[in-house]
Amino acid sequence: MKLYLKIWRQKDAETKGQIVDYTLDGVEGDMSFLEMLDILNEELVSKGEEPVEFDHDCREGICGTCSLQINGEPHGPDRLITTCQLHMRKFNDGDTIVIEPFRAKAFPVIKDLIVDRSSFDRIQQAGGFISVNTSGNTVDANAIPIPKEDADKAMDAATCIGCGACVAACKNASAMLFTSAKVSQFALLPQGQVEAADRVQNMVRQMDLEGFGNCTNTGACEVECPKGISLENIARMNREYLSATTKG
Amino acid sequence: MGILDSKIPSGPLADKWTKHKNDIDLVNPANKRNIDVIVVGTGLAGGAAAATLAELGYNVKTFCYQDSPRRAHSIAAQGGINAAKNYQGDGDSPYRLFYDTIKGGDYRSREANVYRLAEESANIIDQCVAQGVPFAREYGGLLDNRSFGGVLVSRTFYAKGQTGQQLLLGAYAAMNRQINRGKIQAYNRHEMMDLVLVDGKARGIIARDLVSGEIQRHSAHAVVLATGGYGNVFFLSTNAMGSNVMAAWRAHKKGAFFANPCYTQIHPTCIPVSGEHQSKLTLMSESLRNDGRIWVPKRMEDAVAIREGKLKPTQLGEEERDYYLERRYPAFGNLVPRDVASRAAKERCDAGFGVNKTGEAVYLDFAAAIERYGKEKAMTSGIKNPDKETITQLGEEIIEAKYGNLFQMYEKIVDENPYKTPMMIYPAVHYTMGGLWVDYNLQTTIPGCYCAGEANFSDHGANRLGASALMQGLADGYFVLPYTIGDYLSDDIRTGAISTDLPEFEDAENEVRGRMEKMMSGTGIHSVDYYHKKLGKIMWNKCGMSRNEKELEEAIGEIAELRKDFWENVKIPGQADSKNQELEKAGRVADFLELGELFAKDALHRKESCGGHFREEYQTEEGEALRDDENFKYVAAWEFKGEPKDAELHKEDLVYENIELKTRSYK
Repeated sequence: MKLYLKIWRQKDAETKGQIVDYTLDGVEGDMSFLEMLDILNEELVSKGEEPVEFDHDCREGICGTCSLQINGEPHGPDRLITTCQLHMRKFNDGDTIVIEPFRAKAFPVIKDLIVDRSSFDRIQQAGGFISVNTSGNTVDANAIPIPKEDADKAMDAATCIGCGACVAACKNASAMLFTSAKVSQFALLPQGQVEAADRVQNMVRQMDLEGFGNCTNTGACEVECPKGISLENIARMNREYLSATTKG
Repeated sequence: MGILDSKIPSGPLADKWTKHKNDIDLVNPANKRNIDVIVVGTGLAGGAAAATLAELGYNVKTFCYQDSPRRAHSIAAQGGINAAKNYQGDGDSPYRLFYDTIKGGDYRSREANVYRLAEESANIIDQCVAQGVPFAREYGGLLDNRSFGGVLVSRTFYAKGQTGQQLLLGAYAAMNRQINRGKIQAYNRHEMMDLVLVDGKARGIIARDLVSGEIQRHSAHAVVLATGGYGNVFFLSTNAMGSNVMAAWRAHKKGAFFANPCYTQIHPTCIPVSGEHQSKLTLMSESLRNDGRIWVPKRMEDAVAIREGKLKPTQLGEEERDYYLERRYPAFGNLVPRDVASRAAKERCDAGFGVNKTGEAVYLDFAAAIERYGKEKAMTSGIKNPDKETITQLGEEIIEAKYGNLFQMYEKIVDENPYKTPMMIYPAVHYTMGGLWVDYNLQTTIPGCYCAGEANFSDHGANRLGASALMQGLADGYFVLPYTIGDYLSDDIRTGAISTDLPEFEDAENEVRGRMEKMMSGTGIHSVDYYHKKLGKIMWNKCGMSRNEKELEEAIGEIAELRKDFWENVKIPGQADSKNQELEKAGRVADFLELGELFAKDALHRKESCGGHFREEYQTEEGEALRDDENFKYVAAWEFKGEPKDAELHKEDLVYENIELKTRSYK
């Protein structure tokens, strides 16, 4: 198929960017979206032009490196997948596809379609851990039984890949879904209880410092999340936050 | 002993590690504050090592090419992690895990290292649960287990099909705790370009900031390389696009021996190649072989009809299918080790029984499991005389709970529903057992340069068992390296900070700059990917699942020629002093073009078949691998001597005091 691509090009963080038009022929349905971009880049390199830079690594939907706002949607039109798993069979011959970086104040553009998501790392550094030393003699793993339902819910929250689609989908560029996924994982497990109050306060504080917006319960984040992280986590984080701040 | 001293402690096998830990020198906490350690790579081995070293008090700098440590490719490991906990009461023990690993590796790994790994395995699970890793649990709240290939017990712990992700996020969280304390400085989107040696010791690295293009000098008292495997030398593999051998290869060129480069794991269950545009291959976890049955049609005409789209697999009855693993290996069936399963698939496809358009695919079928689980569920739910539809529905629900994310991944890529029609799979490059040679302390042949995880050669011999990579990465990172490195660093308590103004840093930086300039000056028309794909084809066709003398010799010549062409002609647009993904790729491919040649040389010299290394000249009448213990029971460690093909061989003889060498049989 033949496609008309409108791609955001930006030299670096300081330079103003713009949409540039490209026409690409010979795209097949079995190609992934990123393989389609590989072909475009191959063409650009052979003409001596700079290829379009985009973040990607595992290309199997788990590392969370790839991003892209495709026709206005993070990770494109398909649901529950990342851009690297999106296949061209979801598009038709003659389609125009607009490709932009994830847009948020806390995700500044580095080059072309690559954004800086280190704000997510800093939120995790503020409290997204359990303070346990590596000793080799912590208690036996089966010493504390955990109800399967709690373990499963913690696992569901823990599957967040930190891609930032929730932020890109949100009209407020809020990182509540991301932050709440980590808070929830630990809040649901006995191991996470001891530091729960400090954790939620520190992580929320850092989230605000990074310039993410607030949650207004639109739910776009949940729809666009490639891992199906539930809005329930935001509710849980709010409860955790409330109880932590009113404990005295 | 020669020049390779493996430093295996004396004493009985089961006491070696404890004894060694008691014998080695320690660094007192106050002195640790004055010692710097660089960790390159932040996957399970690097992330765990960085966190633990920082926790102990060392000043740690981590480097990763990804935008966050959390994205290292350990994240993609699906199936699970082995540990000799014996929670299932099925007779498991550290000895049994040790035995399975040595046997699975086809008797080409070191006894002492593997026993230590088995010993530490249980601690890993305790540590991870304490960190909040949400492993799968049973209804009683205790941890669940499953089986993997090559073993007869259930010792694999898992978190759905995302075990690597959960373990890596655990190590990343442990790192974050230390970053928060200021004990780790994380350099993300940075690549190690070279190792710096001062007075013969590893004292730092030259790194490139991948955003600004800035070339930086970083010094330390020791350097840990935990940079993963080199499967991407094949271009198509299950590795991440950025996975590379650069750090290990730079160290190799500075004096670290490279061991067993030809030991590659071709994983049997991956989604088949769909076309020339393909950029990477996707694994379907080995855990699927717990419930999936592998088959091809019995009759050639059925295979042809399926390939032409005239027949559907579901139309073939039981008697028309060849469950070739169950037929050839009745004891282990679909759960034979990976090398055996891969070769069996290739054998059937080469014989003309492949089931996709290219003839390079076999079926992985869940119909029997769906029916079995469905009936069981109907029984436990009190449904009497359930109809077929109910059974299928209940069975599919169970399969979804177990493998939902893998089935979804398959459907998105292939556009077929694997609950209704069997999956198509084919072997693909997945893991490399070879790597930098290390002694028992995980130190390479360069003093102060350590190597952990997949990047070293140590524990898996010629074939790795499923769910053992995560175990080794975390054992190395959490429980081995942080102790053994102290023995070396105890001599450095009075050294003080290493200056980056030393001439050795200057020279290394100039070398890196010169190399990049040369690369940027290519005058041809072909991109980096063009060369990488060509290299991949040579490797897959001549150094892949089966190898022979003639083709390996051809490969050595062809790779050298391709490398020459690359250095003269590769085309890299843009500048070196800014973000430039083509330049990043070029640096990695340049090293693959050297490693590939050594790989072929190693495969050529090893005139036997063992584990993942299958030489066509050395096989039994039944087509099984034929080992030659008399002549090849050693680790091949190569010393760099100018060109890869001129590398000099050093042998570390493998001594088996506790296990009797046998022909591996899974029949």
